[in-house]
Amino acid sequence: MEATIEVSGLRKRFGGTTALDGMTFSVLPGQVTGFVGPNGAGKSTTMRVVLGLDAPDEGRALVGGRPYRSLRRPLSHVGALLDAAALQPSRTARNHLLWLAHSQGLGARRVDEVLEQVGLATAARRRAGGYSLGMRQRLGIAAALLGDPPVLMLDEPFNGLDPEGIVWIRGFLRSLAAEGRAVLVSSHLMSELQDTAGHLVVVGRGRVVADVGVDELITSASRDRVTLRTGARSAAMSALARAGATVAAGERDALVVSGLPAGEIVRLLGAESVPFSEVSAHRATLEEAYLDLTRDAVEFRGAAR
Amino acid sequence: MTRLLRAEWTKLRTVRGWVAGLVASSLLIVGLGLLFATASNSSCSQGPIEVPCPWPTLGPNGVAVDDRFYFVSQELNGNGFITARVTSMSGQIRLPDETPGVRNVVSGVVPWAKAGVMVKESAEPGAAYAAVMVTGAHGVRMQHDFTEDVAGGPEGASAGAPRWLRLTRAADTIIGEESRDGRTWTRIGTARLEGLPAKVRIGLFAASPGDVRVTRNPLGGSAAASRFTEVTAVMDQVGVRGVAPGGTWRRDDIGADVNPDGNVHHPGTHIRHGGTFAVTGTGDIAPNTHEGTIERALTGTLVALIVVIVVAVLFVTAEYRRGLIRTTLLASPRRGRVLVAKAAVVGAATFVAGLAATAVTIPVARGILRGNGIFTLPVSTLTEVRVIAGVAALLAVAAVLALALGALFRRSSMAVIVAILALVVPYVLATASILPDEASRWLLRLTPAAGFAIQQSIPEYAQVISHYAPASGYYPLPPWGGFAVLCAYAALALGLAVQRLNRRDA
Repeated sequence: MEATIEVSGLRKRFGGTTALDGMTFSVLPGQVTGFVGPNGAGKSTTMRVVLGLDAPDEGRALVGGRPYRSLRRPLSHVGALLDAAALQPSRTARNHLLWLAHSQGLGARRVDEVLEQVGLATAARRRAGGYSLGMRQRLGIAAALLGDPPVLMLDEPFNGLDPEGIVWIRGFLRSLAAEGRAVLVSSHLMSELQDTAGHLVVVGRGRVVADVGVDELITSASRDRVTLRTGARSAAMSALARAGATVAAGERDALVVSGLPAGEIVRLLGAESVPFSEVSAHRATLEEAYLDLTRDAVEFRGAAR
Repeated sequence: MTRLLRAEWTKLRTVRGWVAGLVASSLLIVGLGLLFATASNSSCSQGPIEVPCPWPTLGPNGVAVDDRFYFVSQELNGNGFITARVTSMSGQIRLPDETPGVRNVVSGVVPWAKAGVMVKESAEPGAAYAAVMVTGAHGVRMQHDFTEDVAGGPEGASAGAPRWLRLTRAADTIIGEESRDGRTWTRIGTARLEGLPAKVRIGLFAASPGDVRVTRNPLGGSAAASRFTEVTAVMDQVGVRGVAPGGTWRRDDIGADVNPDGNVHHPGTHIRHGGTFAVTGTGDIAPNTHEGTIERALTGTLVALIVVIVVAVLFVTAEYRRGLIRTTLLASPRRGRVLVAKAAVVGAATFVAGLAATAVTIPVARGILRGNGIFTLPVSTLTEVRVIAGVAALLAVAAVLALALGALFRRSSMAVIVAILALVVPYVLATASILPDEASRWLLRLTPAAGFAIQQSIPEYAQVISHYAPASGYYPLPPWGGFAVLCAYAALALGLAVQRLNRRDA
């Protein structure tokens, strides 16, 4: 597999606070990787270390197998959006991209291409100071795309966007990943990454709490629970208990069954001739799965102290 | 590096305020220079009648000169020599009158009063010459063509210890010698007077420059005043070889002003008893240091400098303020190079803006001043180029210094204040006649304002007493020396800024 971002054993302290505490993960190409954790978990610091802006006390971060600061045309290796507000207000959007392009040996044509790509072509000659937050995010993404990099790192790109902007960015990120790029997107809200991220690196207090695929995470959070609606609750309960499932009574005519997959439950009830009106496998939301994970992390840390 | 330079140049040119600032600095230099020139006027009168002001004399190498002395000479055709023994020098100095209407004259010889023997192309002021002389306090000297001065023996002349002087002409070469006894001669120096004609004047001369006194004013600065003096030298054993037999001595008040009544103002005299001459003269034979210089038209430099400082500081602090510095470092992770490229770009842009301004201002102001009857001391092309390019370079290096301070402090206000304290304030204090001269000189040696020395077009002459203070445009360090001090400060600040940028998280 092509090397993209590799972070291993990063530690960093700012004065008395530990920002990074052994942060380790890597990012794969061809999918959007969500970099999730509460505010202060070390997401931004990690990104800044990867991009050579901050120096770690320990550990290393590589981009394409090399430290960022050794890259000669870095924007053709990694495109990054850290702070969409980092603009000289009196400079036009196009000129902002133009100096960046010149720093990479690229020309004005590439600038016009990325402006077109993010939908800013018509506003390109306006001063960046007059841009809305959404336009700034688009401009930041255009800057990240300038060097056509295989790796993209976006820090909280959804911040301050209106719903339309969020939909646009999600689609855009998915299409970038579909082109085979590695896309790392940080967010403190798991819901923002729903339907976008294929993989998650969940962090808390400077270290990785979980490094899992989204499907796997949701499946584990769902814990095979199946909701069953039936008029014959006691018959169903005894039949399922005999098969080894744990059954709990829910409200009115509902039973919550765990320990058996939904298909097996349907087969059993059919064989025993127990009538039922609905069998539904419970599927946790990403948010729930995330809360489960971070709750565990907090408990773990509490015990370790 | 090329990519970086291009990127930084794109950054600079795409912020309208910065470009406007640099253009404004350029226009300030031109505007204030031309304003100064058009507002200056000079008129002279002869009695009640206004006349064109006399134009200063130019010497053989184009330098403006004072050529005022008393000359007792014969015509020399071809080679020859002159010998004379100086047995005494005495003189008088006219001090300010204590009782109105009563001249307050004291006896005394000023240090650069001079008398001796001279070969001069003609009696015209400014004509080429070479001379050997005894001076009031600087011993025996050989001087030629106004700017050149070579020391001989350190003692002056008196009846007990007279000084023999000899000047030998061979084609365009003049050899100057001195002796204590008229038998053993020591060579002081040799002068080549290019294109000296066969017929020249050879003889005895005396001159005594004004008595320059510098007084401290109550504010702490100083002012200079010059008083009339004259010197009388007694010379005997005068021998001239190469002149026509029985040739006559001609007396000339070279370069003297003529009063409205047709008489020479402060004429010289000579009294002759056999072979003994007592020659009395006033004036000086020396480079002119009291007319205006080319750099006085660059009064706008100081204001332009402040504008340049602000632009250069903002060029880097704006990036810190907006967090744009991170974008810059993402694009160019080799941080030292980023700052160097920034410095090069802001320096080069400032240099071009400054050069356009100085290259226009100096010649145009000189032309306007000439039209208004005001003379500007001529300098060699090389010196003029040095002043024009030097002031532009001064602004450019100041921009680099300001940029480095901006990168160090990361705050515009702080960096601008420090840059102004380092460059503008010492210059103003040193040149505004409010500090004692010596304090002013130290300011212009130790602070980055030393760089202003690059604009001094007229050097100090050891053989001319004048008020060589920063307030009169004379810097304590030589032009390139002072400029080097500024460059050293800029390099140091840039080095520290690079170090800080490399060490700290961005």
